[in-house]
Amino acid sequence: MDNKQLSIKELESKAKETRRLIIEMLAKAGSGHPGGSLSATDLVVALYFNILRFNAKNPQWPDRDRFHMSKGHCCPLWYAVLAQTGYFPKEELMTLRQLGSNLQGHPARCTPGVESASGSLGQGLSVGLGMALAAKMDKKDYRVYVLLGDGETQEGNIWEAAMACSHFSCDNLCAILDFNGCQIDGRCEDIMGLEPLAAKWRAFGWHTIEIDGHDMRQILSAYEEAKTVRSKPTIIIGRTVKGKGVSFMEGVIGFHGKAPTKEEAEKALKELA
Amino acid sequence: MAEQFYQRDIYGQTLLKLGALDKDIVVLDADLSSSTRTNLFAKEFPDRFFNFGVAEQNMMAAAAGLASCGKKVFLSTFAVFAAGRAWDQIRVSIGYNNFNVKIVATHAGITVGPDGASHQALEDIALMRVLANMNIIVPCDGPQTADAVTTAARIPGPFYIRLGRSKVPTIENKNEFQFGKAQLISEGNDVTIIACGIMVAEALLAVKNLAQKGVKARLLNMHTIWPLDKETILKAAKETKFFVVCEEHNVIGGLASSVGEVVAENYPKKVIHLGVRNRFGQSGEPQDLLKEYNLTSLDIEKAVLSNIS
Repeated sequence: MDNKQLSIKELESKAKETRRLIIEMLAKAGSGHPGGSLSATDLVVALYFNILRFNAKNPQWPDRDRFHMSKGHCCPLWYAVLAQTGYFPKEELMTLRQLGSNLQGHPARCTPGVESASGSLGQGLSVGLGMALAAKMDKKDYRVYVLLGDGETQEGNIWEAAMACSHFSCDNLCAILDFNGCQIDGRCEDIMGLEPLAAKWRAFGWHTIEIDGHDMRQILSAYEEAKTVRSKPTIIIGRTVKGKGVSFMEGVIGFHGKAPTKEEAEKALKELA
Repeated sequence: MAEQFYQRDIYGQTLLKLGALDKDIVVLDADLSSSTRTNLFAKEFPDRFFNFGVAEQNMMAAAAGLASCGKKVFLSTFAVFAAGRAWDQIRVSIGYNNFNVKIVATHAGITVGPDGASHQALEDIALMRVLANMNIIVPCDGPQTADAVTTAARIPGPFYIRLGRSKVPTIENKNEFQFGKAQLISEGNDVTIIACGIMVAEALLAVKNLAQKGVKARLLNMHTIWPLDKETILKAAKETKFFVVCEEHNVIGGLASSVGEVVAENYPKKVIHLGVRNRFGQSGEPQDLLKEYNLTSLDIEKAVLSNIS
């Protein structure tokens, strides 16, 4: 199913709405991860509204493109986008992290539109690899997108997967790296340096595209470029700002895994109005 | 003398048969395909075989991705690397998702022999048993390996099948294999011996020796560790005096623990644990190691005789 293409302006407005939903959900839940959800918002909104082929009314449509969120703690973002694209009613978002909810604290298959659980970092690129191999075996043209965190690439499993995606020539796989430069304990460069990040992926045989992860034009053109690459996987490295869109969260490590209070949420929603 | 087979030979041959019938079967290995015998499948169906190199974590999580797209994935490596190295991938990407992935782990137990402790999985049953959704089969011989693999292919969901490295004698005149149902190998009311894997053959030998001494032992082949056949265990608890549980595994967390849990909760009876007593393995020939770790038929016999009143 092809989705209606949104203009840059419309995408930006969707991103803003998504950020509002993330703040509302997290404030209601009282726990969760705002920082990385907000930093990856533009990358994921652009993907779902203009790139990904899916049918929200038939989540198991065999020819759908696959999206997997390997940095599972940012699932408020995923849930907000799934609700807006019709997988489930928006009201359900306010059940995040509650007992019996379909919206678990980290992704699980009980949520319509979630292909595979995550939450233990480092596994998602491998899951995407399996999906990409299945597509090739079945001679299907669906594409696989995997969202990675930057701190997550400190996991060894990521590099096993990076090596294999390239070895198996998975040109139907596109990784998206939310490079906000922060992790729970501090700046990535202080905790466990990642640079030269793009060079590492190139050395593993990947096509790399470096962009401003908040610029919708650059994001869309990166996804389009990735589709044209043959015989190797692509990684889009999006330079982002943790907590993007909320002034007092931007670049603040403390908001990695701390939900906004009621007052903070009100302030944030005003900024996102 | 009973026929002897390598379980992994039978595994490889069974995969070939299943692979010809079911195009959804995909096989993965991590640089051990000649040892695990998935190379037979690889040769026949190269388009449905992937060698992941020495990267078990990636193989495990990729299996989840394949399964999410409708593939029936069989994957193999040594038991230490499957259950140990990639446990978290099994937990989150396979178990929690309840995906159709069949982990067939070879070279389990002390009888791996000369490779020594690093390669002798004595913990894998425990590691798999604590995972919700995980079905576990430890076949006792060659023919039962075919049953186990065929069963795993038929029933959706995650499976862990534990195979050894060495040749094992075939247990003759068994009843038909029923998943989740213990196999009664010999009838008796003095003691119940429960065993899995290669220990069934040792236990059978012990049962024959005990019979000559007037002890009638009931022998159960508990090939399915999960779901555990509680009914048959409790029947034995009521009808026999005590249990001796034999496994080529640490006594902590494996079959003996499983039996002990059921018995303690429902019908307390003494359960003697006959396995590796919380030690690491070491190099040696399989037969010598079985002696060193008190896993022979004589040890089983001794355990029965010293506890019978």
